[in-house]
Amino acid sequence: MAAKNYRHALFCAIVTLIISFPILGFNLEAKGISVTLTGAETSTVIAVVLAAVAVFVFQAYRDSFTGLLGKLPRLNPLAGREPMEQAKKAKLESWILTGIVVLALFWPFVVSRGSVDLATLVLIYIMLALGLNVVVGLAGLLDLGYVAFYAVGAYTFALLSQYTGISFWMALPIGALLAALFGLMLGFPVLRLRGDYLAIVTLGFGEIIRILLNNWTTLTGGPNGIGGIPEPTLFGMEFGRRVKEEGNTSFHETFGIAYSGEHKVIFLYLIALVLAVITALIIRRFMRMPVGRAWEALREDEIAARSLGLSRTAVKLSAFTIGAFFAGFAGTVFASKQGFISPESFVFLESAIILAIVVLGGMGSQLGVILAAIAVTILPELAREFSEYRMLIFGAAMVLMMIWRPQGLLPMRRIHIKLNRQE
Amino acid sequence: MSMLVLEDVHTHYGKIEALHGVSVEVNRGEIVSLIGANGAGKTTLLMTVCGTPQASSGRIILEGRDITREPTARIMRSGLAIVPEGRRIFSGLTVEENLHMGGFFNTKSEIRKSLDHVYELFPRLQEREHQRAGTMSGGEQQMLAIGRALMSRPSMIILDEPSLGLAPLVIKQIFEIISHLRDEGITVFLVEQNAHQALNLADRGYVLETGKIRLHDTGKNLLANPDVQNAYLGG
Repeated sequence: MAAKNYRHALFCAIVTLIISFPILGFNLEAKGISVTLTGAETSTVIAVVLAAVAVFVFQAYRDSFTGLLGKLPRLNPLAGREPMEQAKKAKLESWILTGIVVLALFWPFVVSRGSVDLATLVLIYIMLALGLNVVVGLAGLLDLGYVAFYAVGAYTFALLSQYTGISFWMALPIGALLAALFGLMLGFPVLRLRGDYLAIVTLGFGEIIRILLNNWTTLTGGPNGIGGIPEPTLFGMEFGRRVKEEGNTSFHETFGIAYSGEHKVIFLYLIALVLAVITALIIRRFMRMPVGRAWEALREDEIAARSLGLSRTAVKLSAFTIGAFFAGFAGTVFASKQGFISPESFVFLESAIILAIVVLGGMGSQLGVILAAIAVTILPELAREFSEYRMLIFGAAMVLMMIWRPQGLLPMRRIHIKLNRQE
Repeated sequence: MSMLVLEDVHTHYGKIEALHGVSVEVNRGEIVSLIGANGAGKTTLLMTVCGTPQASSGRIILEGRDITREPTARIMRSGLAIVPEGRRIFSGLTVEENLHMGGFFNTKSEIRKSLDHVYELFPRLQEREHQRAGTMSGGEQQMLAIGRALMSRPSMIILDEPSLGLAPLVIKQIFEIISHLRDEGITVFLVEQNAHQALNLADRGYVLETGKIRLHDTGKNLLANPDVQNAYLGG
């Protein structure tokens, strides 16, 4: 047993050397027009060897290490305590959510412009994740092309503003409804599909939309994207230094304050915040309605759900449509925030990140999804110091997370139905 | 008056014909048993009644209404309930929520009434009201599956192998419940491999063999029939 362990450990160490030495141990340097290969500094070589030794030691004594890990205190500090009562828990969650919203209201006035900008992005991801949560978390339909609906929302606003000069507030419902229509359209062909097959078709759909946007140059500008998307206005007040559209006034002149670029950023943030709260509330409402229970029943057992008279078509289409609607919402805000969009923003990686947020947060749980959206968007920013290793750190964090808490940060606690029976 | 009539029903899975012209009649207030070996088409017959897959020819009439071409969701909302093979309860939901799903299309007060009725039939379920359904024993899950089907107050209930994988004592209980359902005026269509008990209980019985009805008689006569005894009752 021990000998086998050592042999395995030695093999792992050698693999580590083979992989890391050519990558880290040699440098390509450009000298004039030719490229020369030079050895790296001694410290790097030592680091590589140390890493190989570390791998050897870990693999050789892996069993004792995992044993130690098991003895570590549970990550959840509340694990030992008595589980809270259902009603109390629900109340606590509402309080936490309210607290987050109140905190978020004052947030932009105390931090830097960059942080507010980032926070707006977080809010957009929260909207997206809440929407995808309906499809994946509640209805159990694995959608890998969710970004397509986000793109539909963003491009609807961009194109309409370019060709008809529509304002943000008009585009918001149109973008969301159009995205919902696309959700409905995607829903029909995938009605009979489940699991892997559904994932593949939705993945394809996401790519079709992106490639269409990329290649329909006459309409969408192709890879050049669309610029000059207007910012939202507040009752006809613009946030720029000078008024762009006739009939509008500017915000700083109306209120007699000095112009500041921050007003616009904060305003956008507040819009995103309000929309994110609306999204959360509407979806919360849906979860308590019969349609929410129908989604869950379908996720749990499709045949049983159908045997009770639930229509597979209606349940699946409603999940897809509602999920897509909020992606369209988020897309419109995104287009307005960036002022410029191109197909680059709607690649598969975006779908994957939104899905990661939903899974990390705990499928179906709103608070969990919100916390996960904050973590997933901010973590790579915080790790910026590590430059090229930051995605590595991000990936490692995800892997660890899935090992320790596969059910997600805050797994969904179902809202139990209680009937008051007359005794 | 007949509750459910199947007239010369053919069902196909792709190009393969699974039912070759089956005619079955279930009268109001009866228990009718359908027995047959593995692969005879018993479950297919039930699924055809429910509309998935739809019959390729023939007619299915439920309470005087032709449902042959109706979608599953419509059929399942018109006074017919099924306890699917393998129970198929919602294991992540509590017992009460499972029952609640059974009355999805009913009003709150109707659900309350049927819930009391189901708890009366299965006191065990009330004890486990807030337990997650997946953590219960097989027998309790079967009771839950039957209870869930009863929540929609059906006039007819179809049971697909309710005794599957259960202990003899539990099977006895389940069959007692089924005969009680008949006393309440619910028509029962029972599909079983456990032929002895199924025929004992039934008013009438059908024997299905490779997609065709071979025999059709009262339950007692079928039990006494030497062919049935040889093939399904172990001699």
